[in-house]
Parts: sequence; structure tokens; C-alpha cells
Amino acid sequence: MKLKSILIGAASAVAVGSAAFAADTITVVSWGGAYTKSQVEAYHKPWIAKTGNQIVSEDYNGGLSEIKAQVEAGNVTWDIVDVELSDAVRACDEGLAEEIDMSILPPAPDGTPAAKDFIAGTLDVPCAVPTIVWSTIFAYDSSEIADGPKTIADFFDLEKFPGKRGIRKSPKANLEMALMADGVPADEVYDVLSTSEGVDRAFAKLDSIKSEVVWWEAGAQPPQLLADGEVAMTTAYNGRIFNAVAAEDKPFNIVWDGQVWDLDLWIIPKGAPNKEAAKDFLAFSTDTERLAGQASWISYGPTRKSSSALVGSYHSKPDLAMGPQMPTAPENFANALQNNFEFWADNQDELNERFNAWLAN
Amino acid sequence: MAVMEMDHSVDNQGRLVAADGTPLKQRLAQALFMSRLRAFGLVTPLLLFIVCVFVIPILIFMTRGVYNDTYAQYMPNSTPLLQQWDGDSEPTEEMYEAMVKDFIAAREHPERPIGRVATRVNRELSGTRSLITSTARRAKRMEPPFKEAMINARDDWAEIETWQAFKVASKSLTPAYYAAAVDWQYTATGEFIPQDELRQIYIRLFLRTLEISIVVTLATLLLGYPVAYLLSTIPNRIANLLLILVLLPFWTSILVRTTAWIAMLQSQGVLNDLSVFIGLTGDDQRFSLIYNKTGTLIAMTHILLPFMILPLYSVMKTVPPSYVRAAKSLGATNWTAFWRVYFPQTVPGIGAGGLLVFILAIGYYITPALVGGQDGVMISNFIDNHMRSTLNWSLAAALGGVLLVFVLFLYWIYDKVVGIDNMKLG
Repeated sequence: MKLKSILIGAASAVAVGSAAFAADTITVVSWGGAYTKSQVEAYHKPWIAKTGNQIVSEDYNGGLSEIKAQVEAGNVTWDIVDVELSDAVRACDEGLAEEIDMSILPPAPDGTPAAKDFIAGTLDVPCAVPTIVWSTIFAYDSSEIADGPKTIADFFDLEKFPGKRGIRKSPKANLEMALMADGVPADEVYDVLSTSEGVDRAFAKLDSIKSEVVWWEAGAQPPQLLADGEVAMTTAYNGRIFNAVAAEDKPFNIVWDGQVWDLDLWIIPKGAPNKEAAKDFLAFSTDTERLAGQASWISYGPTRKSSSALVGSYHSKPDLAMGPQMPTAPENFANALQNNFEFWADNQDELNERFNAWLAN
Repeated sequence: MAVMEMDHSVDNQGRLVAADGTPLKQRLAQALFMSRLRAFGLVTPLLLFIVCVFVIPILIFMTRGVYNDTYAQYMPNSTPLLQQWDGDSEPTEEMYEAMVKDFIAAREHPERPIGRVATRVNRELSGTRSLITSTARRAKRMEPPFKEAMINARDDWAEIETWQAFKVASKSLTPAYYAAAVDWQYTATGEFIPQDELRQIYIRLFLRTLEISIVVTLATLLLGYPVAYLLSTIPNRIANLLLILVLLPFWTSILVRTTAWIAMLQSQGVLNDLSVFIGLTGDDQRFSLIYNKTGTLIAMTHILLPFMILPLYSVMKTVPPSYVRAAKSLGATNWTAFWRVYFPQTVPGIGAGGLLVFILAIGYYITPALVGGQDGVMISNFIDNHMRSTLNWSLAAALGGVLLVFVLFLYWIYDKVVGIDNMKLG
């Protein structure tokens, strides 16, 4: 585990100390890099200024193994952790996370209660509160392909757009994209995928480009593959491509059609040492203003509808509006599919095996 | 030996005795025992270390391949009933009732193990995870007859396949994982059937692992033999300099070397650029040298080359050059002198280097993971996958067990064919 501890909050924090949780120090754990930076700027700093508490920020690489070890050993040191949806559900199922009373979440500025302000279906896990929407999309280098692909079907069309394709070495999101490219509407994808004919159909579609595929595993690989000219187009996490465009001025274009989106959420490990302060931080960081603020640092969409209107421009480029960069922007969201955790939890063993066997053939 | 040098005479029974009258044979045995004890004492720390941190953990982990009590531990009511059930007939009301009881208990258990139980059963039959969690949520409100109540909740409870999956999962001591590791399925009725053809993968991977290891071993031998010969015949001053060139990559991180190969071999890489530049290939027909089996073979051969060169070199250093000269002066051609006189004397080095490279290659995983693409990955990549991402440690243990037996078998063959005594590291 890469453990980078940054002590944020100066000595002044000790002096202020008037709030109920005066001078508590909570440990906030997230994924590091540009993503943690966006959280530090948008959540940590304002919260420290408001409450006088301190935050120790730690990095981890996802997964529940560390939380599980801490809870089972009865020695929990993390107060709040940023996890993927699949891990949030598992943590809740296996009793590794505190249940959260959703009434602590503040309403939107116009008075809409939190339960209605969050995107429908994102508050369903009783132990977790969502912060961002991230998405698996596909992207290409606009300096290489002038009249670029427009739809997910183009990604699978080797005649129209010859060249290598970068794809994540996992059945997740790929089977869904293959079906959408094959003409299945987004809202029927998981119904089709639940039948064995549907799985066959998805694999047949993947088969049609298999000879041209370069497989990637880490999120940092796809922008590199594009930059090196190794692939003509590649699937990727939207924030990574945005980062290459905004911070490194790469001529990459994102195609949003057929995107598969997912959530990152806060959970509080069971038996967290500063539970009350962690809950206060959780409610504070998921209010309308904070979620909108984070979006000026990274192109992951806020999970509150009321935040969308407040999303501004990239922090170092005032003319780069962040709104259109979000997976949740209306023009990007037209043909979008939410990753179905239940489906994957039920079928991943079988589909992983089948995917691996298909790869090895 | 000191004992033998002592004064001795013959006692009245005609036995040799030492100066103090004890039989010489006994004294000898005593002295030998003491020296053995001393030798044992010297290796004891290492032996204990190996047993504690190597042998015991391996054995414990191997038991995971045949033993998994996740189900039996948390579902105590239904486990015995499932064991008694023949796996074929209609499930009884008693079984439904026990299942509901177990669900309620597992949900109220402080560790909330229902998720773990669901994960375990889901490995046997896809879809049972959500079946278990959704039924368990409602279990407390269910009233007898439970059979009806459960089938009302989800009609999967009427399916015999669901119950068969539970029966397989409830068996703690099971051959199911080892069967899965060689593409077979262990059914609820205790039969073994071949895995669905679309999901068969492990046998093919074991064979590919074997193939890659053999090819890499032969390639390192072919490339390393002349280098080792050169090193052993030139003056020491130059040989040491060249040896540094062999060792320099050896001291460099595997990750760095593998990444360097990516830069070299990728389709926009150095090698392809060069071949386009000199007109060997067109710009649109670049070679696919990486992210496939070729990439794995090239990178692994390079990384494992020092393990072949070093034993060969140290053995060749000990071969007296006068033998080859003698053969030639007796009329042998260059080839005969090499093949009949020089080569046989380097066989112990080939054996050592070959075994070293082969054993390292068969468990290799970082390099294939980075450059293997789809057809260049090996069995260890899947063991890693089951350890870290699917968390199916039992299957990982079974795959590891099969690999271990496989390696021991090859070692045995090697011992029969070449002879393990006939191996020299220097």
C-alpha cells in the first residue's frame, strides 16, 4: 500500500475549537493523485476552515482487504473511505461499514430534500453516500482521425475505422458496450445479458474486433496507448482522458455514446474512531456547493442534480468550462448505461471464466 | 579418523576394543553420531526457518484447496440436511425451514456473514448471490409453510439446481476446487463432469505455461552457450569486463527491463520504426511483437539469460583446454572434438542452468502480465488473479497445488533422465 500521509490544517485549528467536535482529527482515505487533490481542494480545506478539525489524508488502491483487516482485528484507524459501488455494497453486506442515517445530508439550496436531490438510485446503499459519477467511455486521437467516430457502433466497426482498439482486460463494461454497439438499447442491456443467447451475442460482437485489440489493465495505460499511436481508439475512464487533454494538451476526443457510468462513494468503516466527526465531514462534503466545487478540479460528475448548475470551469483554465466534460452533462448522458452491480455480483465468476477462456483461444 | 588411530587390542571374545576396553565398533558409532549431531546443529536454524516460513504456510495454504467451511460455519441448520439429501429428489419442507432459520441467524450475527455465504454459493451457481441476500432480507417475516414462502419470495427456490449448488457449497472437505483447476466440475450427486467447453481454460494454460518454459529454456541455452564459452576462453581481464555486461541487466529491476522491451517492441517502437525506416516493412504492416506470446518469449528469454550463462560459465572454466587440444592432435575434427570431448564436460552446467531457468520460468508472472496480452499469459497470472481480484483463494490454492505436483513430476523425470547428481553450479 502506498501510504502518503499529509497533515492538513495548521496549528490554528487547535486554537479555534468551538464546534462540538473541536480539534478532532479524522483520517480520510482515497485513491491518490489528481483525484485526491480534487477532494482536498473541494472538501478538506473548507471543512477544516469551518470546523477547526484536522484531516489526515491517506492513499490506497481500492478494494476492501484493508478495511476488512482493520474491522476484524478490532483496530480501525480509518474514519472515512472513498470506495467503488461494488465495494460499498459488499462492505454493507458483510457488515464492514456503518449504516448511515441519510437524514444528516443537507437539502439542496432551493430546499429540495437530499433524497430527491441525488440522482435517482444512487442513495440505495444504506452504508454509503455517493460523491461522483465516473464513466467508461471510448476516445480517439483527433489529429490521427479527422472525421472521427460518433457512436459506440463505430468503435466496433473495423471497416469504417481501421486500426487497433484498446480495451480493458475484463468483461465488465465491455459486454455492455458490445451489446449497445450491436443495437441493444441501454435500458435493455442487462435483460439481454441475463440470457445465455445475450452473452453469446456480446461475445460474438467482441469477436469481430478481437484480432485488433490491445488489452489494458491500469487506468493510466489508455491515454499512453493513444499518445504512442499504439491504438486508433481505446476505452478509458473519462477523467484520465480529460486530464490528458486539459493538463497535457493532447488532441484526444471523447465519444460519450454508449458510456457505462459508475459511482464512487464514502463509507465509514464499522467502529471508526471518530465516527461523529466523520459523519459531519460526510454530510459537509456531499452538499451541493462542495460537489460542484470538486468538479472544477477533475471531470467526474457531481451526484446531486442541484450541483450541475454550479459547475464552473477548470481551476487553471478559466475558459475551459467543466459542465460539458461531465459524464452527466445532458448531451453526454443521452445513451448512457449505469453499471449494474447486482448483475456483476451474481455473474462475475462465470463471465470472468468465460471471458478468460475466450481470450486464451 | 581419530578413532581408528587409537591404540586398540582384541578382547576375549575376539572383538576389536579401544584402549578403555569398549568395543571399537561402538566407539566409532558414537563418534560418528556426535559429528552428525554437530552437523545437524549447524543447519538447524536454517531448517527451522524454512519449515516455519515456507513449508508450513505452503501446507496450510494447500489445505484451502480441499477445505472451505464458509458455508458450514455460518449455516449450521441447513448443512446436515443438505448433506443427507440425495441431491436429486424434491427438497423437503424441513430443508426450507432450516434455510430460513440460517438466513435469520446469519443476518443477525455480529459479523453479518450472509455476504460471505452468498459469495461462496454463487461460485457454484451464478445468480445465487442476489437470491440469498434478497431472500435473507425477507427471512424474518416469513411464516410456515416455509417452502411456499420462499418460492413466493423468489421462484428460484423451486429449482433443483439452486439446492444442488447449496449442497456442493455445504461440503467443507471437497475435491471441487482441484476438479475446477483441471477443468472438471464436481456435481451435487458426487459425479465429475467436464466443465462447459466455453469455460475450459486451465488445462490449456498449464500446457501453454509448459510450452513457454521449455522454449525459453532452449532459447537461453542456445544464446547463452556461446557467450559462456567465449567468457571462459578469453583472458580474465576481458572476461571480467564482459561478465559485467551479463550481470548489469541481472542487477536491473525486472520491471525496468520489461518496460524497456515494451519500448523496443511495440508497434510504434524502436524495432518496428527501424524496419520501416530501412524499408523492410511498410508503415501499415508493422510486426506485432508485443502483447502476445512472442513478446512474453522475447522478454523472458532476455530476463532469464544470466541464470543460464552463469552456471555454464563456471562449469566451462573448470574444463581443461588441453583435452580439446589432445583430441585434435589425435586427429579429431573441430566438430568431433567439441561434440565428443568438450560438450560432455559442460553437461552438468547445462543441467544446472536449464533446471534453474525452467523452474523460474514456470512460475513467472510479472513479465507475462505486462507483455503477455491475450495469448502470452501463464498459469501464475491466473493464480494471482484469483488471489487478488476474485478472492477465490481455494481455487488459487488448488491451481498452485496442481502446479507444484507438475513441477515435482518434471523434477522426477529430470532425475531419471539426466540425474540430479549430474548437476554443477561451479
